[in-house]
Amino acid sequence: MENLINIKGVRHAYQTDAGPLPVLDGLEIGVPEGGFVAVVGPSGCGKSTLTRLVAGLMKPDHGEVWLHGERVKGPRSTVGMAFQNPVLLEWRTILKNVLLPLEIVPSKLSKKEAEDRARFLLSLVGLDGFEDKRPSELSGGMRQRASLCRALIHQPEVLILDEPFGALDAFTREDLWQTMHKVKEREPFTGVLITHDLRESIFLADQVVVLSGRPARTQYVLDIPRKSAPTLDDLYTPEAAEQLNILRHQIQVAQGRAPEGTT
Amino acid sequence: MNKHLQAIIVPVVAVIVFLVFWEGLVWVNGWPTYKMAAPSDLPEAFERHWSLFLTMGWQTLWRTILGLLLAVLFGTALGMIMGFSRIMRDALYPLLVGFNAIPKATVVPIVALMFVGQHDFNTVLLAFMISFFPIAVSVSIGLSTLEPEYRDILRSLGASQATIFWKIALPKTLPEFFGALKVAVTLAFIGTNLMEIVSPHGRGLGALFDSGRTNSDFPLMFAVLIALAFLGIVLYYIVVALEKIFAGWAERTPG
Repeated sequence: MENLINIKGVRHAYQTDAGPLPVLDGLEIGVPEGGFVAVVGPSGCGKSTLTRLVAGLMKPDHGEVWLHGERVKGPRSTVGMAFQNPVLLEWRTILKNVLLPLEIVPSKLSKKEAEDRARFLLSLVGLDGFEDKRPSELSGGMRQRASLCRALIHQPEVLILDEPFGALDAFTREDLWQTMHKVKEREPFTGVLITHDLRESIFLADQVVVLSGRPARTQYVLDIPRKSAPTLDDLYTPEAAEQLNILRHQIQVAQGRAPEGTT
Repeated sequence: MNKHLQAIIVPVVAVIVFLVFWEGLVWVNGWPTYKMAAPSDLPEAFERHWSLFLTMGWQTLWRTILGLLLAVLFGTALGMIMGFSRIMRDALYPLLVGFNAIPKATVVPIVALMFVGQHDFNTVLLAFMISFFPIAVSVSIGLSTLEPEYRDILRSLGASQATIFWKIALPKTLPEFFGALKVAVTLAFIGTNLMEIVSPHGRGLGALFDSGRTNSDFPLMFAVLIALAFLGIVLYYIVVALEKIFAGWAERTPG
């Protein structure tokens, strides 16, 4: 089956004063429609560069990024993004923040329908009653929930999440993991999740891609059997422990701290 | 105490305390008016020259506001150029800082000679020259420190640079802009008065101050200072009101 997102042989280097700094070298990632891939790897290995490539915010030096059978050459409105920093606009209410993408992307929705959709998304992530609040009145976790709604409002084909829960405390993070499953059930999307958290990767994704240290290439791919309605208890089963073990080992290999092939 | 009532009563009480202190200072030292006029000498000076205060106060006010408006337009445009272009920022900053470092009192005779007799124009020009700097700097800093994620949110949807400016960069810069505008208001008054005092046959409160000086009418000089302070306060609070309307979201309730 043709993948919705296809990253083929991508190489990229940043130009610095000390010469080119290669960050990506031979990246291969394919995400089928409705799939959710988590990308993990050592710090500074080029994971954020990857999100910018998929979003069309920059072009790779070599290789190709394909979305829905079309080569990515620039930004496209079929992408929704959320970052570690929720970047809500402080001068807008939460509702108006969520509606922001529809002011850019041509939409068939009327003003009323758009607002209804925003309210629906907000209630889906547990933010009903906060529509008219300002971002400064919300906690970090709630802002991230609102940022998620904004990323989904224009029904993007692809959702790119760049460590969206990285700055949250452990309990809030686990809450948001469960929210993500709820959202995906009601609002199916194809997703790429950049994360540092291995438990997060196996809980949310159905495939985990481990990148090598810089310059990053695809080092290891682990398929996570899809579980219906997962709960946090699923993270404490023997299967989960096994998956985490494999991933932890692969990260150590990527960091150059363990030889390949051992477990 | 009621919060709104407190917001009015506290500053009024502060002004009264200040006036009482001033009056007491003059009274205790037994200073004659040519050394320092007391607040009690001022009502008489205001009464005697009331119509002059009205016409000249108006002249000072409209020139200051016009200079300030020009400073806002020019400063914002300059700030945008420096905020968006690294090269222009590197090129213009030294020039701008150098220009701002020149005491504007030294510019007065040059401008007065350059545009002889154009008194209104000269005064507006000086108010403008002295007040655009903080606006340009604040707008440029506001724009150049915009976090890249803010840009990416819209850029990833295919928004143009102009859209990003209107929807994000401009509103995000407003709090800094109004902070600078508050500084610029008082600076513009300094500019207007420099020209009004120094240039011959001047108009406005500065000229009234100067005529008080030549006639040794010391209460009149102090009365002009009070009138200037009053205009400054009025204009400042107009800016505060505009800030509340356009950038009220940036205000946090303390505690």
